[in-house]
Order: sequence, then C-alpha cells, then structure tokens
Amino acid sequence: MSIIEESGATTSVPAQSARITRLDSSSLKVTQWRVIRSEWIKLRSVRSWLVMIGAAVVVVVGMGALAAAVASGAVTGPTRPGGGGAATGRNPFASTDPTALSMAGVTLAQLIVGVLGVLLVSNEYANGSIRNWFGAVPRRLPVLWGKAVVLTLTLAVVMVAACLAAFLLGQAILGGDKGTTLAADGVLRAVIGSGLYLAGIGLFGIAIGALMRNTAGAIAVVVASLLIVPGLIGLVLPDSWNQNISPYLPSTAGQAFTTVHPADTLLASGSGAAVFVGWLVVLLAGAAMLLRRRDA
Amino acid sequence: MIVIDHVSKHYGKQTAVDDLSFEVKPGVVTGFLGPNGAGKSTTMRMIIGLDRPSSGQITVNGRRYADLRAPLHEVGALLEAKAVHPGRSARDHLLAVATTTGIPIRRVDETLDLVGLTSVANRRAGTFSLGMSQRLGIAGALLGDPEIVMLDEPVNGLDPEGILWIRGLLAELAAQSRTVFVSSHLITEITAVAEHLVIIGRGRLIAELPVAELAAGAAGRSVLVRSPDAGRLADEIRADGVDIRTGADAELLEVTGLEARVIGRRAAEAGIVLYELSPKSVSMEQAFMDLTRDAVDYPTHLAAPELAQSDRSAA
Repeated sequence: MSIIEESGATTSVPAQSARITRLDSSSLKVTQWRVIRSEWIKLRSVRSWLVMIGAAVVVVVGMGALAAAVASGAVTGPTRPGGGGAATGRNPFASTDPTALSMAGVTLAQLIVGVLGVLLVSNEYANGSIRNWFGAVPRRLPVLWGKAVVLTLTLAVVMVAACLAAFLLGQAILGGDKGTTLAADGVLRAVIGSGLYLAGIGLFGIAIGALMRNTAGAIAVVVASLLIVPGLIGLVLPDSWNQNISPYLPSTAGQAFTTVHPADTLLASGSGAAVFVGWLVVLLAGAAMLLRRRDA
Repeated sequence: MIVIDHVSKHYGKQTAVDDLSFEVKPGVVTGFLGPNGAGKSTTMRMIIGLDRPSSGQITVNGRRYADLRAPLHEVGALLEAKAVHPGRSARDHLLAVATTTGIPIRRVDETLDLVGLTSVANRRAGTFSLGMSQRLGIAGALLGDPEIVMLDEPVNGLDPEGILWIRGLLAELAAQSRTVFVSSHLITEITAVAEHLVIIGRGRLIAELPVAELAAGAAGRSVLVRSPDAGRLADEIRADGVDIRTGADAELLEVTGLEARVIGRRAAEAGIVLYELSPKSVSMEQAFMDLTRDAVDYPTHLAAPELAQSDRSAA
C-alpha cells in the first residue's frame, strides 16, 4: 500500500498506456475451453480450496489406515455403540470387510469435497464476483460447466489416487490373512468407485451451490442430504416406504458402487452408479436453468 | 455506443428503473448522475446483461450484450470494486478474467502496470484497501482493450491522488476515442471529468445535457449590490424586466435581469457609492438539486452529498 501511495509514477497514465498492447477482436472469442482454463486458474489460486482438497486426501488415507489398525488389533477402536458412520447405516470401524475398513475416510471426506463444491459457486455470489464472471461470459452456462469440469476432474484424479493409497496402506496394516487385494472380486470397482463418488459429491456441491447461491443454506442442504436424511428417513417412514426410497438417495446409491458386497437393501452396483449420476444430471440441469433465468 | 430504449426494471413492487431512454455516444465521457438509489447501478447491470430489463431493450454497439462474441473487448465494466475473491492474488484474478476470452498474459502485466498495482500483484486481493481494489477493478475493466469503458462510482474510496489519476485516465481513454460512461452521485466530481451528462432520479430520466449547459445554468443569474444609497440606486436601475429584491439589510439589493457591469456603470453615472457588486452564482450542487429536487428518494442524502460519500467509503 505504501508503495503505491509513495510512487509518483502511478499518475503518469498517458506515458504508460502508450506502451500497452492493443488487442484484436477476432482472437478474443469466449469459448468453453477458455472458460475451463479460467476456472482452473480460479481453483488453483485460492489456497484455502487447495487446503480443503489436501484435507480430504489426509482424511481418506489417514482414517483408512486408522480403521485398518483398529481392526488388526494394533490400536483399540471407539467402544461407543453405533459410533462413526451409523447414520448412513455403515460403521466402517466395525466392518469385517477389509476394503470397507480402508475406505473408512470417505464418509467424512465427502463432506469436505461437498462443501468445496458449494463454496466454488456460493462464494462468488457472496463477494459479488459472479458479476465479473457473468460479465466476461454473458452466456453464463460455460462458467457452470467450467467449474463442473475442473472440480470433477481434479477430484477424480486426486481422490482415486487417495483411495488407492488408502487401500494399499490399509491392506498393508491388516496383513495378508485379514486383508484383501485389488484383484479380488469387486475390490478394484469399490476403490475406484469411492474416488469417483467423492468427485461426484464435489459436483453435487456445485449444483446445490448454484441452485441456492447462499453458502450457509447450501452447506446445510449438502450435509443434510448426505448424512442426516438417509438416517432420518428410516426413523420416520414406514419400513415399506423406506425400502423403496432409501436406496435411491445420493449417498445410499453411492454405497452400491463403493462397497465390495452391497447390502441387500442397496441397489446393484451398476444401478447405484446410474442413480447417482442421475441425481447429478438433474440437479445440474436445474441449476443451469435457474442460472440463465435469474438476475445475477 | 450504448442505446437504452424504454427500459424499466421492477424488483417485486419496487421500481428501480422507469421507462428510461438515452444513448451513450462514442468518443466522449458521459457522466451518469443521480442521487443514491436512483437506479444508476441497476441500469449499468442491465447494460452488461446481469439483470434482465422488465421491459424495453438495451443494445451495445447494435447488439444485445449476451450476443457479443468478445464482450470484454467491447465493454470493460467496473461495477463493484470489492467483487473479487479475497483469497486470490490481484494477478491471478486478472489472469482468470483474461483467460476467458484469450487475452494474452503480457497484457495482464501491462494492465497491472497501468493502474500502478505491479508491486502488489501477488498479494491477496482481500488485503487491499478500497483504493487499491478500485484500481484492480479498473484494471479488470481495461483488460480487454474495450471500446466502451463503464465505471460505477470509480472515485469512491480514492485518495486525492487517486482521484486525479482517475480523471487523467478517463480523459486519456476519451482521447483514444473510446466511449466512457461513468456514474457518480457527486456533481462536482462528474463535471470535472464528463462532457455530457445523463441525470436520473427515482429511475426516471431527469435531464440529458452537455456539462457546459448545466454550468451556464449555474452561472450568475442575479447580482448582489451593497450601497449606503440602496434606495436611490434601486430607483435608478428599475426598469422593465429588472427584478429588485430587498431584505432586512437596508444596504443590500439582489438584482435579477441586469449584468453587474451595467449596474456598476449606472451607479457611477448617478454618483452612487457601491460597497459590493457581486454576481451571485449557484453552485453546481445547487443547479443539480434544482433539477432533481422532485425526484429524490432520500432527500437527506442529497442535502449533504459529501457526507453521503464518506458514509459509503467507510462502509
């Protein structure tokens, strides 16, 4: 600040602008690819967002290792009945499935990436910069697609790698007799699926953020739909309804392809993935529609 | 060239802009003047397609903003200085803006240099003062080498040096025959930079006129005369079309309809001593308030425009 105020050079506008590059409109078309690159610059240039991605990696790898260590008897696990992921119907620390043990961090990591997706959109409404971006990209939708592509691809790469690392570390801790391998039936699908599920939840956050535009509200919706609704629905609805609704919720549909042996109450892996993607498509389509129609 | 054609904007029952029509012509600085809440920012948001007019239409260089192929090259806009992610550096912010439309990195650095932010280019925008944020916002507006530059209250929060800098910049942009459209609620600020004025109040067009015309309107219309012989002087100059008012002060006359030099000569011819002879000019503020008196939402803001300015920069 002092540098600016002390520098007399800042007032010499004519001399400076004479040197400035003139631009030619023919090369300045706004394209989807350019907006994707712009969104990539925006994602990588905010440190707190990179920290969140790093935190999600630490949670996936760290909690997976911890759960494996608890199961192998190296450390004592939580003794509270129904702790951990009870709300979603799985308590990974109590699982006997070695793959589920090493994917124990996914339940928590999904909150981090879901919130990140929300912030990517809602922050721009909160600080008003969305007007900058819609001014630069008046058709608006490329901005939404740009965010979706950049976050989903980034998370897919990082989270699949994190899940593989968590799996390998977890199995190493469990040892050969209690552990399993990627070659075992359904294991590779569950591990890769967990990474892709997290990327999908990031996209889920973007859609909710774009629909609601308000950070607090959108985060509440993300947390509620991933953690609270799946548990609550079993408590308040008659069992026969619950059985018909519960498998189709985003997080339970996710479990169908992130677990090696989906429980009887879940959909088959392929159907689960289709339902999960269906949620994302519908929510994004709704967000896109409102994005075009509403005043920014 | 921006053409605003019978545009209205309603937010629920509130009317922000009411059947507004005017043109922003190329190559001159057009000032957009009106009290706070008059609809200036809403109009500017509609120009770049952020808000959709309830009726009427706006074209930029003959086309709707949303249909422009290279929008940043046609219109560079600064709407809110603080509308930047606080965690992102100034340079990364501009780089992301530039990338959407393929503006080369070279120009990002040149633009930072132009607004004097080179030394803080890698600092997070959240640490910037309002004045620095204004400069960053202006850099964003100039990034695309735009034909039209549109700035909403650009001098808000600037120190005197920054204000001079903005004036120089606007003059320079107009000299490059760009269209410059700049809003303010401060008449003195706008008349320092603009040639043409569009004045609105309560969302309606109040006047569209050259600054010179407003200045002429503000110039002396009456003359104050102080003389120990005021009564005799009044008789001396009284004629058709000359209005003479006297107050509690018996020595003082307010004369409308005669130039000061004529009054002085007549007084000399009659041998009347004058203590004071001064054309009474109203301020630009007064001339502006005369125009907008009936179109003000919050009259107290207008009564103290300088105060309103400091309120906003403190916020």
